[in-house]
Amino acid sequence: MNLNLQFFISAIAYGTIILYGALGEILTEKSGNLNLGVPGIMYLGGIGGLASAFLYEISTPTPNPVVCLLLSFVCAFVAAALGGLLFSFLTTTLRVNQNVTGLALTTFGGGVANFFGGALNTMAGGVGQISVAVTSGAYRTSLSFSQPVLNLLLGRGFMVYLAVLLAIAMSLFLNRTRRGLNLRAVGENPATADAAGINVTKYKYLSTCLGAGISGLGGLYYTMDYTMGTWGNDAALEALGWLAVALVIFATWKPLNVIWGSYLFGLLTWLYLYIDGLTRSSQELFRMLPYVVTIVVLILISIRKKRENQPPASLGLSYFREER
Amino acid sequence: MIFLAIVNAVAMRGVTKTFGAVVANHNVDLDIRRGEILSLLGENGSGKTTLMNMLSGIYYPDAGEIFVDGNPVSIRSPKDAFDLGIGMIHQHFKLVDVLTATENIVLGLREKGRLNLKAAADRIRAICDQYGFAVDPDKKVYDMSVSEKQTVEIVKVLYRGANILILDEPTAVLTPQETTRLFAVLRNMKAAGNAIVIITHKLHEVMEISDRVAVLRKGEFIGDVVTAETDPQKLTDMMVGRAVALNINRPEPKERVRRLEIRNLTVRNVYGVKALDDASFDVYGGEILGIAGISGCGQKELLEAIAGLQRVETGSIRYYPDGDGGSATELVGMNPLDIQEAGVALSFVPEDRLGMGLVGAMGMTDNMMLRSYRSGKSAFANRREPRKLAEHVIEQLEVVTPGVNTPVRRLSGGNVQKVLVGREIASSPKVLMTAYAVRGLDINTSYTIYNLLTEQKMQGVAVVFVGEDLDVLLELCDRILVLCGGRVNGIVDGRTATKEEVGLLMTNLRKEEAV
Repeated sequence: MNLNLQFFISAIAYGTIILYGALGEILTEKSGNLNLGVPGIMYLGGIGGLASAFLYEISTPTPNPVVCLLLSFVCAFVAAALGGLLFSFLTTTLRVNQNVTGLALTTFGGGVANFFGGALNTMAGGVGQISVAVTSGAYRTSLSFSQPVLNLLLGRGFMVYLAVLLAIAMSLFLNRTRRGLNLRAVGENPATADAAGINVTKYKYLSTCLGAGISGLGGLYYTMDYTMGTWGNDAALEALGWLAVALVIFATWKPLNVIWGSYLFGLLTWLYLYIDGLTRSSQELFRMLPYVVTIVVLILISIRKKRENQPPASLGLSYFREER
Repeated sequence: MIFLAIVNAVAMRGVTKTFGAVVANHNVDLDIRRGEILSLLGENGSGKTTLMNMLSGIYYPDAGEIFVDGNPVSIRSPKDAFDLGIGMIHQHFKLVDVLTATENIVLGLREKGRLNLKAAADRIRAICDQYGFAVDPDKKVYDMSVSEKQTVEIVKVLYRGANILILDEPTAVLTPQETTRLFAVLRNMKAAGNAIVIITHKLHEVMEISDRVAVLRKGEFIGDVVTAETDPQKLTDMMVGRAVALNINRPEPKERVRRLEIRNLTVRNVYGVKALDDASFDVYGGEILGIAGISGCGQKELLEAIAGLQRVETGSIRYYPDGDGGSATELVGMNPLDIQEAGVALSFVPEDRLGMGLVGAMGMTDNMMLRSYRSGKSAFANRREPRKLAEHVIEQLEVVTPGVNTPVRRLSGGNVQKVLVGREIASSPKVLMTAYAVRGLDINTSYTIYNLLTEQKMQGVAVVFVGEDLDVLLELCDRILVLCGGRVNGIVDGRTATKEEVGLLMTNLRKEEAV
């Protein structure tokens, strides 16, 4: 039982990271921007939060947990949003190909983050590993229950619940508000949106930057909660970023589907640890389950041909206003 | 006695619009009145849509004044137009497929308060009841027929408070039954005091629906007449004007050999409407067959059906590689590659030069190879022959280009057209089809193309020339086939036919053929 509980705990942690990543990407893609820079953006969010927390913690003898939390949260969001701004500027204003820009952003974000992550580790001295104990502690503050299932569900850090609330809020925004309707129109048919008096450029910029900021929160959660305020130069965050992109497709661009989809992906990711008799190579087969599931979903979607499950019609395309 | 001044809903005075060197509208005066349906009539490119786009805020006039209800106005955006009560329904619908009718209609509106789709749907139903529309507000646009989509567009305009409605060729995509229904609705809207303009080139619809007709020709306002006081003949004369002499060299055909025999050809377009209806005619080697018609009357579908690019519903296209006596090959059902491999030499110059004919990013050599690479035997492409051909085309047709490897999209329109025609001719076809071969070209280049086609004709090639300028068709072609609404409305002799005759055939389906 204990073992199984641990399984669910790690699945929720993993799920939360990709939940943020996928939510941000949905907001971005609803505007017609296919930002494949999610892994890089999550890196930017992670390093933004970690660096700001680190610099604050070494500058004060007694860091205030609330300040730690707010500062790192805002810095992570802004750092990631700047990545989104770069993407918007290149693809919306300069009309560079979105796929190329996104992939470049992935490389760029990873490079920047690992460069500064290494620099922070050097600055920290000692064992060569930074630790922002106060900030990380603030993120991991949670209620505690003696009942194991209750503790599993309610004893997580606040960002787990924030992610779910964000998904619900985003679903309401997209489906129930005027701005949400306008945003969907921009992603479906920018020429029509333009003719209806919607500022296509503004919507693309805003949703891409906010979406990147939200994706970046996944990186923040990863560094603060999952790795407990440290920086490792492994590529784990990049793999999570791609999983988030796959999750957007799996969820058929619907925020509510992302909630359960993310936890399912988390479970599938860790399944190999809880199946007996796996060798190193057969483990790898299990670790690709989330991607297999995504492919199966893609096949099912294309067979069912339901229009609501399709990506936004102008996804990945630059918009040119017709000029004569 | 009370003096009633007639105040026009819209008055345009001296309106001029140019795009670069092209004058789209010159010094146009037009009145639009309430409680009246005005037809705006003119050939393709006569500036009807441009003129109306200046009312709907898409273009801004270079000169002239616009008055709405007697007040001078400046319409700089679609929003300005809406604020003045002017709404335009474009030919290409501006709707988002995955949204419902209601969502599409309220899209982009800056109303206060929360988005209340139920209230909006109720208002839409009220508008529908008032004028007799049939729209389900909750239906998704992708589930709608073309006519339903058009209705949504009209309701959208009315929802935004428009009382001056402009419809750009509203019947082009409708079946006859849908057209009847649309006209009924338009009459209701007229009775409610709205001003309505329909842009059209279908004379019988002009006679049926409108109260007044205004005619444009080559961007100029020719005049307006009360529909009841005119007839199709008079309107055609106003539309096409007098013939202009072009002096295109047209030698007598030497020897006519039948190449294509087309019988009862019917093709449906993407909307499921018959684009080509029971067309039968022959194409002869050694002559130029012109195809005239208002745009969208089946020209594209006809050429594509022969080239194997369109699915044919019924009918046959028989090809005689060795002339009349020889064996015939049925082209229907073959794909373009099979048509080539069966020895059927069919060259096709599509309407969209860069879209379908050439790859813009590739140089001339590579574009020449697109036709010939399959004949290569080794794994490596033979570039020498295509390069020679490219150089030959440059020399023969005086193509202006820095070199054979310059991407063709950097060439001017005329030079692109020469490359395309040159390549097609080089494959020594027996049938050469061209569509709008001189569109956008200057006079000299146009004559180069005419002479090229004539040269091909004298070599025994059957040339099919789809054109839009009647003067050119009348001076270049030996015979002219006139399409009207997808039907062959007549085939006339290019040497004896008059412009009026062809113009009338283009706009007026002959009674015995109309169903």
